[in-house]
Order: sequence, then structure tokens, then C-alpha cells
Amino acid sequence: MDTDIQQQPQSNDNSEQGYPAAKKERNDILIECVDLSLYYGDKRALIDVNLDIPRHCIAAFIGPSGCGKSTLLRCMNRLNDLVEGVTIAGTIKIDGVDIYHPNYDVTSLRRNVGMVFQKSNPFPKSIYDNIAYGPRIGGITKKSQLDEIVQRSLHRSALWEEVKDRLDDSALGLSGGQQQRLCIARAIAVEPKVILMDEPCSALDPISTEKIEDLMILLKENYTILVVTHNMQQAARVSDYTVFMLLGKVIEFDLTDNIFQNPSQKETEAYIGGRFG
Amino acid sequence: MRDFWKSGDPYAWLTGAALVFSLLMVGGLLLLIITKGLGFFWPSRVVVITLKDGSKYMGQEAGSEFIPTPEARDSAKKYRIRLKIGNRDIYGLDFKWTNNDEIATTTYPPDALVIERTEWGNMYGFITAIKDGEKTLGVQDASTDMLKTLLPENKKLRKKITAIEKDDLGGISTQIEQLRLQLNTLEKEGKQSQTQRVKSDIEALEKRYNDKELTLVKLKQSLGAIHVVIRSVDGMVKELPMGSVVRVYEPNNMGVPAKTGVYVSKFWEFILEQPREANTEGGVFPAIFGTVFMVLVMSIVVMPFGVLAAVYLKEYARQGLMVKIVRICVNNLAGVPSMVFGVFGLGFFIYGIGGTIDVLFFKSSLPTPTFGTGGVLWASLTLTLLTLPVVIVSTEEGLAAVPQDIKYGSLSLGANRFETLIHIIIPAAMPGILTGLILAIARAAGEVAPLMLTGVVKLAPSLPIDTNFPFVHLERKFMHLGFHIYDVGFQSPNVEAAKPMVYMTTFLLIVIVVFLNLTAIRIRNHLKKKYTSSVF
Ligand SMILES: Nc1ncnc2c1ncn2[C@@H]1O[C@H](COP(=O)(O)OP(=O)(O)OP(=O)(O)O)[C@@H](O)[C@H]1O
Ligand SMILES: [Mg+2]
Repeated sequence: MDTDIQQQPQSNDNSEQGYPAAKKERNDILIECVDLSLYYGDKRALIDVNLDIPRHCIAAFIGPSGCGKSTLLRCMNRLNDLVEGVTIAGTIKIDGVDIYHPNYDVTSLRRNVGMVFQKSNPFPKSIYDNIAYGPRIGGITKKSQLDEIVQRSLHRSALWEEVKDRLDDSALGLSGGQQQRLCIARAIAVEPKVILMDEPCSALDPISTEKIEDLMILLKENYTILVVTHNMQQAARVSDYTVFMLLGKVIEFDLTDNIFQNPSQKETEAYIGGRFG
Repeated sequence: MRDFWKSGDPYAWLTGAALVFSLLMVGGLLLLIITKGLGFFWPSRVVVITLKDGSKYMGQEAGSEFIPTPEARDSAKKYRIRLKIGNRDIYGLDFKWTNNDEIATTTYPPDALVIERTEWGNMYGFITAIKDGEKTLGVQDASTDMLKTLLPENKKLRKKITAIEKDDLGGISTQIEQLRLQLNTLEKEGKQSQTQRVKSDIEALEKRYNDKELTLVKLKQSLGAIHVVIRSVDGMVKELPMGSVVRVYEPNNMGVPAKTGVYVSKFWEFILEQPREANTEGGVFPAIFGTVFMVLVMSIVVMPFGVLAAVYLKEYARQGLMVKIVRICVNNLAGVPSMVFGVFGLGFFIYGIGGTIDVLFFKSSLPTPTFGTGGVLWASLTLTLLTLPVVIVSTEEGLAAVPQDIKYGSLSLGANRFETLIHIIIPAAMPGILTGLILAIARAAGEVAPLMLTGVVKLAPSLPIDTNFPFVHLERKFMHLGFHIYDVGFQSPNVEAAKPMVYMTTFLLIVIVVFLNLTAIRIRNHLKKKYTSSVF
């Protein structure tokens, strides 16, 4: 699936902001941000963000600290709603549906858009209950069905072999990397379309990081993954698209290869070249 | 020297010393209570002293003190001893002080007998005979053995009598009372057929009552027929009805194992039996029961209220000036003197709510109040108010300690705020919530003042739970260990004799508070282990 995206003919002579994806057919676009702005009180944290992210790809968000990557990610599942004093202008459409529409059901959005956080945050429950939590909330009560979901999610997150004998042990007894993969398993247990990952590897050792990167590439087949990272190599390794942000603005959005080898904006070049950030 | 101060060591020593000082104070307190209280049940020797003027006294040694005389240099040798001479029905006093220089001889007769009675305190003397009416059953040694064989049966009989008096007769009479009230209202409403039925019910009950009363009289007769003849050391003879004898032993004739037996049996009596003689003898079971029951009712009420209030304050309320003011008020509530809560409980719960309940539901029994007077429910609710701030504050702290991460984790899986609260936040905050419960229990179990206004009594006729429908009687007055201490120690007719009882009761109260707390702490630690064993 991913391959056909990368084989798209690309034009490197994009004007100001080049959106190669925009040239794809409309039904391949999953997430569409239109003139999205966000204010924390008076402070503007996102400025007129326009993005079209296709299905079944990995999009990496890079940029210096405080530029609004996490904020943008949290807009996708409306987790910013809980912060007091937040106002949002513009729209985000997922599958063509405006998720900020007043009648939109936020809980169903969050079932469609899962999230993995920077610090692994397993619930203080057993491994089994952690993964079964989402499905249970969604109304699945049958034990056989839950068993199957748990098993499938653990298989997909490459954790099954490590925990299959200790499903009833506390999830807090797992290692940091295992906990993060558990969180991924927990997120995919509710069958979302999109998985948001906010610096999922920043607290992990290189081996765990590699495992998670492999996992992301595997998951791409079934999910669309938006990942924030400060690790340039990581972005280059795993992502199909890269979004470079600066001070609340999207400076450049393009295929990862283009961004890293041939950026069209000089800020991007400076950042990737390590001159600031 | 300056180096010494600069090294910072003195401050370590200072803090350490403060800790040691505090521990010593607590340890000293416990030691005092234990030494004064635990010896109380040990059957000490019975001594007979003959004074130089020829008079004789018999009793158990109960302390001695020096008499300071400034002129005499050997004042250390001059002291006086205190004897518990008992036989209050004969002498009127329990204790006698005697100076050591007045004593001619001291002996420990092996057949000296201690008799614990249901009234008038201990009796000290020698058994001469046992009589059944005019018939003599045995004399001297034979009578001692006979007495010992008679006692267990005696005890059984007495148990039977109290059971009939309390449970059967009490139950029947409350039933009759209820039916009478029903009859009154029915007659007013003029419902003939039902009136007839109720009347026949009452008659049936009355007949049962009379039958029971007859058996009771018979039992009492069989208990009262046998008499024990006791001669005191100064030659007076007293006939004790067998029914009033609780326990008999000859301490001068007993080895350590036998004495331990008496000790254990007295100890269990103390914990499991009813009090006797204005609370100065016998057990404290109703007080233990009342204390624990009241604390339990309080816990059951305070937990939901406190937790819900804290959850609202922390999770739902808009954090602003209003919430800040509410928090300050809650914190200050914890510092209000407990008596103020007592007055509030009396005015609001008892006269206000209780009075209204009586008017609405127990009209037929007015002017005798049912809920409009002190009771275990009102006392528990008053203590609930008293302990509510503690629970709210610790629950809020517990909620604050739950990481935001897992809250967001739950929300991002499609759970709404309420589901997140129930499934994730509250369970994770459980250690904090239980800390609040522990503090609340500690505070409530030791509180006496507000209870005196809201339903504690020195002697409650029945426990708040019994075999009569509806089994739990929250309107009943109850006994409480804290109040028991005050009553026995300062309000009883025989304060001096009751002193060890005060220490014993205090010891028991401490043990119960510690026990309740330990239980809660164990639950908390269990939960803590479950929720916070993070490995990285
Ligand atoms: N809850 C909040 N209230 C007010 N301002 C906030 C809040 N969260 C973030 N901000 C501000 O919004 C801006 C963007 O923050 P954001 O967390 O999105 O940055 P980021 O790109 O994720 O940075 P980092 O790489 O350090 O995680 C920052 O200037 C930050 O100070
Ligand atoms: Mg961030």
C-alpha cells in the first residue's frame, strides 16, 4: 500500500507550501486540516495549518520544541478540549466528516483516532485489562470476544510472545519499552483508523526504539500513523511524509525523501542541517 | 567547635532527639496504662493482719506509700499499706489504710476465700456451710468443693434468665406495644374486623408473655434456694444466695497455673460480658460493640459523601475563587471543636430531622420520642460531619496524585469523563481515599464529647443489633468505651475500686483504635502494591 504512495510522481518545484498529497485523488485523503488555528487563551499556538494526509502512511511531525507539534496532534482527537481556555478556528475533516461540528460525537472520534503518549501510561491494571479496557468501554462484554481482541492486539504489537504467560500480571511490571508497545496494543484494540504517536520512543533505549519503529512500519498496512519525533533519523527511517513546523506554522509538508534531501524552504534546510532547534 | 556546627551534625542530633522524645512519651503512656491495667485481673494473695489493738482485717494488698515525717530521720521505715477489704455491704468501704507500726501480725490463711458477687463487690472470708433452704448440704472443706461444682450450673442458669428477660420478654413486649399502637389507630378509623384480629393477636402474645414470665420465676427460685454461709475475719456471718455468686477462688492456695486460669477467665469476662455494679465490675462488651458499631456506621456514611464531594471539587468544579473558598472552609471545619458538632447534631439531627421523622412516621408513639432523641444513628452522623473534612482533603490529595497521563490514556480510548473517573481515577486514588478513612476512624473512635449530646449512655439496656425485628436498631442509645472510661473513673459510686477498670478500658480502647486502623492500613497497602509497582 505504502509503495504506491512513494511511487507517486513528484514535483520539486512546489510553490510556497508544497502539498504533493493534495494532488492525489480526493478519496485517498484521510485527514484534511483547513485553516486550523488554535489559541491557548490569548496565545496563538497554531497558525493557519493546512494539511492533507493520505490513508495508510506514516506522517512524521518535526520541528523545534514548542512549535506546536503536540498541540496539532491533540487537535486530531480533540484532546485539547479538556484544556481550559482553548479556542479553535478552522476545521479538521477525517474521512470527509468535520470533527469539530457541534453535533459530532467526541467519544466515537476518539475510538477512530487512537493515541500513544510520550511517556508510556499503562493503567494500573493487569495486561489483559489494559487492552480490554477500550473494547469494554465500547460495549463488548463477551469473554471469548475480548480474549480474541487481546490476543490479536498483542500479536500485532509484537508483544504476544513476551507476555502471553502473564496476562493477569500488573502492566506496571513490564519494562519501559514493553509498556509502550502495550500502549500501542491498547490503542489498536479499539480498531482505530488513525494512531497518533507523540514522541513514542523518546524515553526508550535504542533496541526498544527499533522494535517500535518496526512495529510502526508493520501497522502502516492497516492504520494511518501520525508521529511526532525529535529524532531526525527516525523520521527519515520510518515516515513516508514529513511535516516541518515552526512557531505554530507548517513550513513544509512533503514526501520524506524530498524534505531530507531537497527541502524547498530554507528554514527546513537550516533545521535539518542542525543550525537551529 | 565552629566546624562542629558547620558540619550540620547538631541538627541531625536535634531532630533525632525530638523523635526519641516523642517516642518515649508515647511509650511511657502505653506502659503506664498497661502496668496499671493488666495487673487488675491477677488474683493476688489474701492477707489477714492483726493490729496491736487486736482488731483484724482481711483483704488483698492494693499498694503502699511512705509517710514523710520531717522530725524522724528513719522516716523511710514508716509507711502505710492499703488493703482492699471488700465486704462493702458490711463495712461500707472497700479500702482501708493501715500504718505499718500498728500491725502486730500478718498471716496468709490458705483457706481464705475471695467471692465475686453480682452486687456489693468482692467478699473476703471463710466458707462455713452450704444450705438448701433449711437443709445443710455440706460444711467446711466439703462445702468449698461443692461450691465449685455448683458454680458452672449457676452460671448457665443466670445466662438463661438474662436471655429470657432480654430477648424473649423484651421482644414480646415490643410486639405488644406495636400492636397496641396499631389498635389505637384502627379504632379511631373504625375498622371493626381488623380491630378484632389485632385484639386476638395481642391476647395471644400476652399469654406467651405470661408463660415466659412463669418459667422465669421458677428459674429464679431455683437460683435463690441455695445459700452460701460465709464467716468474715471479724466473726460476722453472712448468708449469700447462690444466685449472686459469680466466681470463687482461694488465691493463697493456688499455684501460678491456677492463678493464670482465673486471670484468663476474668479477662474474657471483661471483654465478653455485660457490666455489673454501675459499670465498675464485669465486662465492657456493650461498650466495645457500641464503639465499633458507631465507627462502622460512620465509615459507611462518610466514605461516599466525602469521596463524591472531593471528586466534584477536583474533577468537575471550575477551579476558581469559589472552589478556593470552599476548600478553605472544609479545611477549617476540621479544626472546629468537636463539642460544636455535638451541639449541631443535637439541634439539627435529633430535634430537627429526628423530630420530623417522629411526627411523620411514629406519630402513634408520641410524646415518647423514637428518633427524636439521641441514638447511634445521630451520633454516627454527627461524627460523619466531624470527619468529613479529613476524608475530602485526603481524597483530593489522592486524586491529585493520579497521573494526568493515564486519564488522557483512558479518554483517548473513547471513554467519557465519568467512565474514566469510575474505572481509572478512583481505583488509582484508592490509597489516598483509604488514608482519609484511616484518619477519620482514628478521629471518630477517640471522640467522646459530641457523643454525650447525641446518644451515648452509661448503661444501654440493649445493643443496637439484636434478634428482634428489624435486627438493626439505629435509633437506640448505645455505650462507648471513651464515655465508659469517663463514667467509671469519675461518675461511679466507687471511684477508687474502679481505677484499674479505667486503665483496662483505656487499654482496650487503644487496642480497638489500633486494630481498626491496622485493618484499614493493610487494605490500603494491598491496593498500593497493586497500583503503583512501576518498574523501569
Ligand atoms: N495547556 C497549555 N496551556 C497553554 N499553553 C500551552 C499549553 N500546551 C502547550 N502550550 C503552548 O503551546 C505551544 C506549543 O506547545 P506544544 O506542546 O504543542 O509544543 P511541541 O511542539 O509539542 O513541543 P515539544 O517538542 O517540546 O513537545 C508552546 O508554546 C506551549 O508553551
Ligand atoms: Mg510535544
